[in-house]
Amino acid sequence: MAYSTEKLNEEKVFKDPVHRYIHVRDRAIWDLIGTKEFQRLRRIKQLGTTYLTFHGAEHSRFNHSLGVYEIVRRIIDDVFKDRKEWNNSQRLLSLCAALLHDLGHGPFSHSFEKVFDLDHEQFTQDIILGDTEVNQVLSRVAEDFPKRVAEVIGKTSKEKLVVSLISSQIDADRMDYLLRDAYFTGVSYGNFDMERILRVMRPREDQAVIKQSGMHAVEDYIMSRYQMYWQVYFHPVSRSAEVILTKILHRAKHLHEQFYSFIHHPTHFYSIFEDETSLEDYLKLDESIILYYFQMWQEEEDEILRDLCRRFMNRNLFKYVEFDPAKEYKMLAELSKAFTEIGLDPEYYLVVDSSSDLPYDFYRPGEEEERLPIHLLMKNNEIRELSRESEIVDSISGKRRTDHKLYFPKDILKDDREHKEAKMRIRQLLDIN
Amino acid sequence: MNAIAASGEIIGRKKLQKMIYIAKKLDFPFHEKYQFHFFGPYSEELTLRIEELCNMGFLNELKEKKGGYYQYRYTLTENGQEFLEQNKVEMPALPSCLEDMNSQNSRFLELVSTVLFFDSLEKEEVQEKVFTLKSKQKYTVEEVETAYQYIDALKGMAKQ
Repeated sequence: MAYSTEKLNEEKVFKDPVHRYIHVRDRAIWDLIGTKEFQRLRRIKQLGTTYLTFHGAEHSRFNHSLGVYEIVRRIIDDVFKDRKEWNNSQRLLSLCAALLHDLGHGPFSHSFEKVFDLDHEQFTQDIILGDTEVNQVLSRVAEDFPKRVAEVIGKTSKEKLVVSLISSQIDADRMDYLLRDAYFTGVSYGNFDMERILRVMRPREDQAVIKQSGMHAVEDYIMSRYQMYWQVYFHPVSRSAEVILTKILHRAKHLHEQFYSFIHHPTHFYSIFEDETSLEDYLKLDESIILYYFQMWQEEEDEILRDLCRRFMNRNLFKYVEFDPAKEYKMLAELSKAFTEIGLDPEYYLVVDSSSDLPYDFYRPGEEEERLPIHLLMKNNEIRELSRESEIVDSISGKRRTDHKLYFPKDILKDDREHKEAKMRIRQLLDIN
Repeated sequence: MNAIAASGEIIGRKKLQKMIYIAKKLDFPFHEKYQFHFFGPYSEELTLRIEELCNMGFLNELKEKKGGYYQYRYTLTENGQEFLEQNKVEMPALPSCLEDMNSQNSRFLELVSTVLFFDSLEKEEVQEKVFTLKSKQKYTVEEVETAYQYIDALKGMAKQ
């Protein structure tokens, strides 16, 4: 039997709190799950530092990747399978792309990528196309199969319908992470009726569209997305942890460049600090490694690195005030000067964080061909953009949604044993007691 | 903001997206992350930055109804001008590149940015990508060739 169609003797099932069961019947999918590159995702949390705000949010990218696979499997096997617009020879391609779409994520991906100018999507491509166990499994399907999977994930595949199942404004990736993140954070607003959405999805040449009768389920999904962004993803306390994490990485890199002698040498970071990250080095990184260094660096001689690591490990985070960069940029310069006067380096202890820095987006109706919108399939077979039919979606699309915060160590500013007057002035500027 | 100041006015979000992507590929210091989307390279981060700058009152966004859709027109406000003067970033070659791009239509810029997105591939493979991924735009071989020539011209301009 050809490897591409080979089935396991017995179906394997994973218990899953979100989808109840994840079903695996294809040999190739089972083999991919067993590769070391895929198993590495167990050691990378889906929501990075959010567990410091919502203590349940300890779920991993491994859980999420299996979830995305399961959603795509259900769309294909339960809804698309016998429809003339769907070509079932794309089934394995779709399932592999769904399973592997986040393969290149690193530890605390978002901060890591910002500080070291890395791109997890490029690493996903490199893992699929490089000398890896994942590549070996995919190559058994067909010689060009790794490239085809990589193109679907990179959204440069000509199979646009398959791409849209994994990357569009209503795709398996978003549906899984909204439900999963809501479940593990314990919030109640991320829920929506996914089963209903899957049942009303219909394949078309370029994308999956939604039957008009399913519009209300999609409205619920858009509202969940909106709520989750403000309540969970943009949560100011998680952002504070992210700010500290980013500053630790900056500080460690800076110290390395200054030939600082670490008590605990950052062996795993050397190639990243020197901008020569190989795939092999990258794959050795996971969150347990990073947290190990943070734990050790709490004893470093460098005061800033030591303090930031202690803050992160013991959850002594920065506090924040709302900040309007347009009106208050002069005040920021004043604060920066005052921080220097009291011996706090503003580069590390006075940080503006904007919601646009976060890797989440809202629904956009695709005006001027920016992004492909969600399309409804009307009863007369016409295709209509969602926000033109739904008043609810229209009311939250295109609204102003930017937010800036200024982070600082309030505990130090409140300690009047040193620099009492300067600290009082800073507190007045920040309008904190 | 510098980009809009240098261009005077940019009409269309799609055009703005493609102009910044092309400038980024010419090694100008734009850090917004781009991905390939249905309509070519697109940056959600850039969309949000523009929204932020509008909210701050540094950019002016004018929404105009044009046929069956809306078009957006971006200009720098007085506050934006003042902010830029206080935070000068020297990029001497940028204005001429942007002015030139701004004089092109967004369909052509979509082609140029797509060619640049696949710049690690051979020319024949790039052509194939353009014809399969952008089949609805019906680009011709001559247009792809013109895009390559235009990229060379921009690279020359960026070095000056």
